[in-house]
Amino acid sequence: MKESKVYALPNRITPNQPVLIDVEVCIGCNLCVEACPNDVMMPNPEKKEVPIILYPEECWYCACCVMECPVKDKNAIEVNWPMMQRVRWKRKETGQHYRIGMPNPPAPNTKPPV
Amino acid sequence: MNPEEYLIETGKPFEWQYPLDYNEVIETECDVLVLGGGVSGCFAAIAAARKGLQVTLVEKGCVKHSGAAGSGVDHWMDCPSNPASRITPEDYIKPLDVHKGGYANYIGSYITARDSWETLRELEEMGMKIRDEDDVFKGADFRDEKSKLLFAYDYTTRHCIRIWGTQMKPALFKECKRLGVNMVERTMATDLLNENGEQGARVVGATGMNVRTGAFHVFKAKATVLAMATPERVWIFSTEHTGLVGRDGPPTNAGNGFAMAWKAGAEFVRMEASSHEEWGGSTGIGTVMFGSGSNFATWFPCSIVDAEGKEVPWIGKNGEIIDNFSRRANPGPDDDFYCLVLGGKEDVSVALPQLVPDLRERIKKGEFKLPLYADLPGISEHERRAIFGLMVGQEGHTWPVYRNLTRAGFDPDKDMLQVYELGDAPLGWRRLRYGGVITGWDLQTSVEGLFAAGQQLFDGMGVAHACSTGRWAGRHAAEFAKNADEPAISTDQVSRERQRIYSPLKTEQGINWKELAAGIAKVMQDYCGDTKTDELMKIGTLAIDEIKHSEATQLHARNPHELMRALEILDVLTVCEMILAACRARKASNSWIFFEHLDYPENDPDDWRKWITIKLEKNEEVVGEAPLDFYGSLTENYEKYKID
Repeated sequence: MKESKVYALPNRITPNQPVLIDVEVCIGCNLCVEACPNDVMMPNPEKKEVPIILYPEECWYCACCVMECPVKDKNAIEVNWPMMQRVRWKRKETGQHYRIGMPNPPAPNTKPPV
Repeated sequence: MNPEEYLIETGKPFEWQYPLDYNEVIETECDVLVLGGGVSGCFAAIAAARKGLQVTLVEKGCVKHSGAAGSGVDHWMDCPSNPASRITPEDYIKPLDVHKGGYANYIGSYITARDSWETLRELEEMGMKIRDEDDVFKGADFRDEKSKLLFAYDYTTRHCIRIWGTQMKPALFKECKRLGVNMVERTMATDLLNENGEQGARVVGATGMNVRTGAFHVFKAKATVLAMATPERVWIFSTEHTGLVGRDGPPTNAGNGFAMAWKAGAEFVRMEASSHEEWGGSTGIGTVMFGSGSNFATWFPCSIVDAEGKEVPWIGKNGEIIDNFSRRANPGPDDDFYCLVLGGKEDVSVALPQLVPDLRERIKKGEFKLPLYADLPGISEHERRAIFGLMVGQEGHTWPVYRNLTRAGFDPDKDMLQVYELGDAPLGWRRLRYGGVITGWDLQTSVEGLFAAGQQLFDGMGVAHACSTGRWAGRHAAEFAKNADEPAISTDQVSRERQRIYSPLKTEQGINWKELAAGIAKVMQDYCGDTKTDELMKIGTLAIDEIKHSEATQLHARNPHELMRALEILDVLTVCEMILAACRARKASNSWIFFEHLDYPENDPDDWRKWITIKLEKNEEVVGEAPLDFYGSLTENYEKYKID
C-alpha cells in the first residue's frame, strides 16, 4: 500500500460527487461556474485552474455546467449520478444486463439526440 | 477539487472568491420590476420592455439557466390555440370542473389556453426550435405534416406540442439582453416595499441581496411582477437527494415570493391544498427523474414489458383494455380528449390511458414477473426517437440522461431500460399543491401595483402557463406603470429589512440553516401532514411560532451563500404559517384539493364549496372567502383585459 499522509477530516457533507472535472482537460474558463443556477462551484483562486466544487449537496443534476463547457467533447466535465441513480438496462435479444458504472462497460452509443 | 483537497494541496484554506460587501447599498429605479428570472419572469420582462418601459429583472441564479425549465423542457402543454389543434380553448378547459371540481384557476388556465400558441411563436422567433423542420418524424402519427409540429399525449386532438426546450432559457436570456432589460443576477429578492411601509398599501419596489457579495439592493419601481416558484422544502429536506429534496424543483425554489407577498398584505387561496406526492420508483427519488424506464409523461406511451418480455396491458378511463399502441395516444370516438392531468384527479375523463391498476395482483398470481422494462426496441422507430432522443434529449433533467446513458452504451434500438417498482413509487411526501395569490383578470394581486405570474398564481403550473401568464402580467404591469404615480419607498421599511437579513451573520454559535430546514419539515410532517385534526394543527402552529421566536433567531451564516440559504428557510417558515392558517380555516375535508381533515370527514359539503382566502392586515391573519367562480365570464373578460 502506498504511504500517504492521513488527515483527520470530518465526513463529507454529501457522499455524492455530482460534478467531475478532468484537471488535464479543463481550461479553467469558469463558464460552468456561471452556468450553475445554484452556485455549486466557485472559481479557483489560481487563474485557468479547475473550479472548486463547494456545495455538492445542492446540485440538482441539471447539467447546465456541461452544456456550457467549451471542451465538453473532450470530457472536461461530467455530471456524475450517485450510485443510487445508476439505472439498469437489459439487451432485448441477448438478455444481458448492464448498468451505468459497471465494470467492462459496453462501447458508447454515439447517436446524437434529435 | 473540493475545499479539503484544495487545503491539502496548497496548504491554505479556500477563501471566499467574490468581493464581500455587506455594507454596500445599490439603488435601482425602473418602471417595471420583475422578481424571478425563470421562464415566467423572462416573459414578463420581455413583454414590458417591448412596451418601451425600463425593466429590471432580479434573479437568484443566472437567467440563462435558472428556474424549473433552466436546463430544458420536453413539451408545451395547454396549447389548443395551435393551428393543427382540433379542440377549442373553451372545450379544453371545461374538464377543470371535472378533474379539479371547480377548485381551479380559470383565469390563468383560460389565458394560457388562448395565448399559449402566440407565446410559443414568440419563442420560435427568439430562436427556439418548435418544428420538425428536418423531417426526422415525417409520416409519424404525432406529426402535423403542414405545420411540422409534433404532438404528445393526444395525437388526435393535438393540444400538447413536443419542443426543443433546452434552447428555451438561452433564447429568453438573449432576448432580454437585446431589449435592454437590466438583469440583476445572483441576487435574491428579500422583501416587497409597500408605500409608506404600510402592509397592504401599493407595492413600490423590493429589496434584495447579492448571493455572492452580500451587497444590499433597493429597487424602486412603478409596478412589480412576482414570478417566483412554490417552495419545495416544506415537508421534506434531504442533502442526499437531488437539489436538497429529490423532486423536480430546483433548490432555488424556496417560496421567497410567497413569503414576501404575504408580508406585503397580498391575499392567497388554495394554500391548504397539498398532496402526498409519490415520485419515487421510476420517476424521482433514488433515480433521476425520467431517467429510468417509465410509461409516464416524457415516456408516454412507451410499451412496458415484464422480465420475460410479456407486454403489460393498458386500460382506458372506463377500465376497458387497450390492446393496440395507437389507441394509447388517440382517444376513442366516445372519449373526451386526453391530457396529462397534473394537480387534479387522475381518474377522470381526460386522463391518459394507464397500465392496468391490478398489476400487483396479477404479479402475485404469476401472470407477470418483475422487474419491468420500458420496451423501446419494441415500439416504432418514430415513437422510440420521440421518447428517447427528442423528449429525453430536451427535458430539463433528462438532457444528461440521454448523454450519460448513451455514453455508457445504452442503445434504445436494442436495450430496454428498467422500470423500478411498478413504475410507481415506494417513497412519497407531501407537497404544496398549487396554492398562490388570487388575482383579477389583469393578474394584479389584491395589493395595488403587484402583479403575479407562473407558479406564483394559485393553481399555476407548467411551462406554457408560466410563459403565457408571464407575458400577460408583463403587459398589464407595463400599462399600470405608464399611468402610475412616482413610487415613494419607506426608508424605515428598508432599514428594518437590512437589519433583518444580515442578522444571521451576527449570531455566534448559532444553528445552521440545514438543521432548521429539517426541523421545520418534521413539524409539518407531524402536525400538518397526511393526518390533520384541529388539535394537531393547533400544536403545529404553536411549534412553528416557537421556532420563529427561538431557533430561527439563532440562525448563523458565514458567507453570502449560507446567508441566502438561511433567508430561504426563514421564508419557508413563513410559508408554513400560511399553510397552517389556511388549513385551520377550512373546516371540511376536500379531496379536490387533497385536503383530509379527520375532524370534518365529510367530503366537499355544499357550504364549503368556496375559496378560503388568507392575508395579513396589521400583521394579523385575516381569513375570508371568495366564490369559486369569482372569475366571471371567461370569453368576455379575456377580450376585455387582453392587451396586444
